Amino acid sequence: MAKTESTFRNMVLSLTLISLGAAACLGFVYEMTKEPIALAALNKKLDAIKQVVPEFNNNPGEEMYRLPTGEGDSLDIYPAKKDNVIVGYAVSTYTKKGFSGKVSLIAGFKPDGTIINISVLEQKETPGLGAKMTEPFFKDQFNDKNPAEFSLRVKKDGGSVDAITAATISSRAFCDAVQRAYNTLQKGDKK
Amino acid sequence: MNQLQNFTKGFFKENPILVLVLGTCPTLATTTSSLNGMGMGIATTFVLIGSNVVISLLAGLIPDKVRIPAFVVIIASFVTIVDLIMQAYVPGLYATLGIFIPLIVVNCIVLGRAEAFASKNSVFSSLIDGAGMGLGYTMALGIIGAFREIVGNGTIFGYKFMQGDGILVFILAPGAFWALGYLIALVNRIKRT
Repeated sequence: MAKTESTFRNMVLSLTLISLGAAACLGFVYEMTKEPIALAALNKKLDAIKQVVPEFNNNPGEEMYRLPTGEGDSLDIYPAKKDNVIVGYAVSTYTKKGFSGKVSLIAGFKPDGTIINISVLEQKETPGLGAKMTEPFFKDQFNDKNPAEFSLRVKKDGGSVDAITAATISSRAFCDAVQRAYNTLQKGDKK
Repeated sequence: MNQLQNFTKGFFKENPILVLVLGTCPTLATTTSSLNGMGMGIATTFVLIGSNVVISLLAGLIPDKVRIPAFVVIIASFVTIVDLIMQAYVPGLYATLGIFIPLIVVNCIVLGRAEAFASKNSVFSSLIDGAGMGLGYTMALGIIGAFREIVGNGTIFGYKFMQGDGILVFILAPGAFWALGYLIALVNRIKRT
């Protein structure tokens, strides 16, 4: 096939056609994957909620509401109910004090404020160090503790939390996120 | 050169990482475990095959002066497709590789193969070339990832086979340079004999 000459008309025409073709393909794939992507994100959240609160039979995703943190934004609260009785709250919380930026986690509380379980949704901490915050040996020490008497600070700062070796900043960040969830839930109007 | 040689050259003779030393940025960043490395390799393979085929099809129609922008548009489209599909069907892997997927666009291997091979060869040769190069890349990433995971974390494909924590530095950035450096040295040594 003869090579198309690099005239102005040919260049504009070929780039336009290629871009149009690419746009059409992308539009098609976007439409095709839109639903699975939304579903995957929803499932991830629902799975996390299931891990951190006791068995429930309502739809926490639909009954979600927001409570202000007192720092100018708000957290998503997912109430878990069994036969219309509150069994726990899953609080989607975050911290910006992570070693590599934002850490998102979801913390489950009993109605009296005791921590049930915590699940990390998203973190970019150092692999092998701060990223160990997702492992049970660290995060399970919060389970069944009430932040009213269990000080959510690492032992180095005079608190009750065993920090991850060589990852004190990540450990502090984790505590910060849990504390934010606890404070927000305690101050706010629970439904 | 027959098609078999065309395919196998990506593994050893012209391995994109170990011999051509192209695309080292994603190599260093994503090989913290064997699974991550291979996931990145497979995503890149898909983009390579797709872009090689389309570019060899369109090569005659694209005027020389605008070939680079045209190639980049085609490659970027394939990367976005991979990005969306991974987000939809393998959200777990997407969560770890997330930010590196869009970076495949600027991965020199993809543009390099488009320019050096696909624009001058037939569709079928380009397909084979893309597959060979991509799988060679996957293999190199898998080896580096497995090495770093074994030494750094004591696991392989997430399966723990020894006690203790491993040598942490191999999971961190310096370990990536060491692993890659020694692997290239080893390949050079083998090639000389």
